Amino acid sequence: MKYKSLVILLFIFCAFTLSAAQEDAVPVDTVQLDSILPPAPVSNLTAQDNKNDHGHGITLQWELSPDDAAGQNTVLSYDVFRWVPFFMDTLQSIQDSLTGAEGTMAKQLRKQRDQAIAMIPQAHKSYPENGEWRKIGTAFSGQTAYEDVGVKERESPDYMADHTDYYYRVDAVTFDPAIRASSEIVGPVQSSGQLFNTGRIPVFVAVIVFGFLTIFFVARAKKGADLYVRPLAGIEAVDDAIGRATEMGKPILYVLGLGTADMIATIASFTILGRVAKRVAEYQTELIVPCYDPIVMTVAQETTKAAFLDAGRPDAFKEDTVYFVTQSQFAYVAAVNGTMLRELPATNIYMGKFFAESLLLAETGALAGSIQIAGTDEIAQLPFFIVACDYTLIGEELYAASAYLGREPILLGSLKAQDYAKAAVIILAIVGVVAAALEWTAFTGLFRVID
Amino acid sequence: MRRQIPLALVFIFGIFMIFQYFVPHESSEWIYEFFLKWAIIIGIFALALGIWSLIRVSVDRIKTKKLNWGYSLITLAGLFVMMFFGFTGEGLENPMFRNFFNHILIPIQATMFALLAFFIASAAYRAFRARNVMASLLLIAALIVMLRFNPYLGPLGPYTADASSWLLNVPNLAAKRAIIIGIGLGIVATALKVILGIERGYMGKG
Repeated sequence: MKYKSLVILLFIFCAFTLSAAQEDAVPVDTVQLDSILPPAPVSNLTAQDNKNDHGHGITLQWELSPDDAAGQNTVLSYDVFRWVPFFMDTLQSIQDSLTGAEGTMAKQLRKQRDQAIAMIPQAHKSYPENGEWRKIGTAFSGQTAYEDVGVKERESPDYMADHTDYYYRVDAVTFDPAIRASSEIVGPVQSSGQLFNTGRIPVFVAVIVFGFLTIFFVARAKKGADLYVRPLAGIEAVDDAIGRATEMGKPILYVLGLGTADMIATIASFTILGRVAKRVAEYQTELIVPCYDPIVMTVAQETTKAAFLDAGRPDAFKEDTVYFVTQSQFAYVAAVNGTMLRELPATNIYMGKFFAESLLLAETGALAGSIQIAGTDEIAQLPFFIVACDYTLIGEELYAASAYLGREPILLGSLKAQDYAKAAVIILAIVGVVAAALEWTAFTGLFRVID
Repeated sequence: MRRQIPLALVFIFGIFMIFQYFVPHESSEWIYEFFLKWAIIIGIFALALGIWSLIRVSVDRIKTKKLNWGYSLITLAGLFVMMFFGFTGEGLENPMFRNFFNHILIPIQATMFALLAFFIASAAYRAFRARNVMASLLLIAALIVMLRFNPYLGPLGPYTADASSWLLNVPNLAAKRAIIIGIGLGIVATALKVILGIERGYMGKG
């Protein structure tokens, strides 16, 4: 009886499992591959040189096959073909031989390769003889464009020569790769580099307008116009901080940040360092400038030396005032923090490009009891400096600091140009909001930058 | 002459760099890349100067027995030991070089970075003290943003998330964009001043 029940239970279980398996089974594809008819090909295929590039690129555009998401609905993708002369294989074999070749052999092969590269345009002129169609890429169904972008390096296997006749065709491909339809052949088309990127016209206009504004206000300042610049508390505090250091007989620590010499924040910092070094030389206070980047160190050394010379104290300048520490971010932090805790500087000045080390430096300085003045254009680090420092120059104030410190009319003139440019940006932003709300695309399109 | 040649070089290369941005042609790119390679070469020579500066400063500290001069000794020992292992055997794959790098340098750097957590806490304490109206507003805003990540808020959760998103995407983003526009204009103005020779601070002359 027991066994009977067990057998019945087993039978029921098997029956359920079987029925579940049948439900879960992937339905057999009822479409027979033999039944797929060749799809209609793409139409209106065009090929043209890529706009606003350095050359070596051609864009293909077409209208979808009527069987792409419609009609027979059999198009899976589009294969893009380019006609390639067999000569390109010869070139490739020379390139392959060059890999690992040395000495005279390499020299000869390089000469051969250069000669072969010069013959690429000629080889393409033999179309349709001595060559074949080769697939260069795939576009998914629904896509109507493909960019054939080669590289400009002549040594690369993907090199695409400019001023060469290229021919293309596009195949609409079904689930069965053998069933496809080829488009009409398009060509010859040549790629070439442009001399002006028209997509960047708005930037060009802005630079020209701003450049003229700057020159105009600098010229006005030279003529003696009185230009008001609002006070910057952080910069006004620099003199007091240097005075404090002199009274306390303690050094001033100047940190240029982690930026390289080509960054504008670092360049602005050099100018401020020059001003600070001049005051330091006049007050005969000690200055410490640990550097993260060796080029920055070299420039900072020259800046400081020149400032001491300007102050009439070249003898007071010590080579060790500005020194290199390391190019490792946190090792640099450790070294500067160590200097802060050993030397206990009266004033710490952080000007330039800062990253994750900003708070580590500023908090240690605060713990050491130093007056701290910071300035950076790195937005993510500004809150840290604002919290941990006594004065912070926010963004553009860092660039304005040098002009403000010197009080030279020529430098103040450029600040005025910045103010007018900002006013223009505010007005354009308001007009832009209105234009966007009214869907006035002709206006908003004027400011669109296409890279 | 010592000042005019650098100024002329800055003007020529500065103007070229401006136009290079608008000229996508291969020749323009080639010159740009050529200059970038030069910058790398100059950087390598400058690194030698940097290392020399580090050695000189450290030796001076050891010689004059300045406060904590022992650290300078360790700096020099570390520099020369790593250079020795880096230039012998398998170079950068030298086991001793890799061991020093993986088991000493990386943990020390990670430790320095980890200190940031504690510094953020102490900085936040100072920032969020409600001393005046503005500081109180900052405290409230910060509390809302922090509460967003609290999983125990229950029915208040979605409201806090919405308020937090609004704070980040509206007033915060507006202020950030204003600063970015100012920075952008400041960068262009400073670059123009440098190119035109108005700003000469980098040469030690204001």
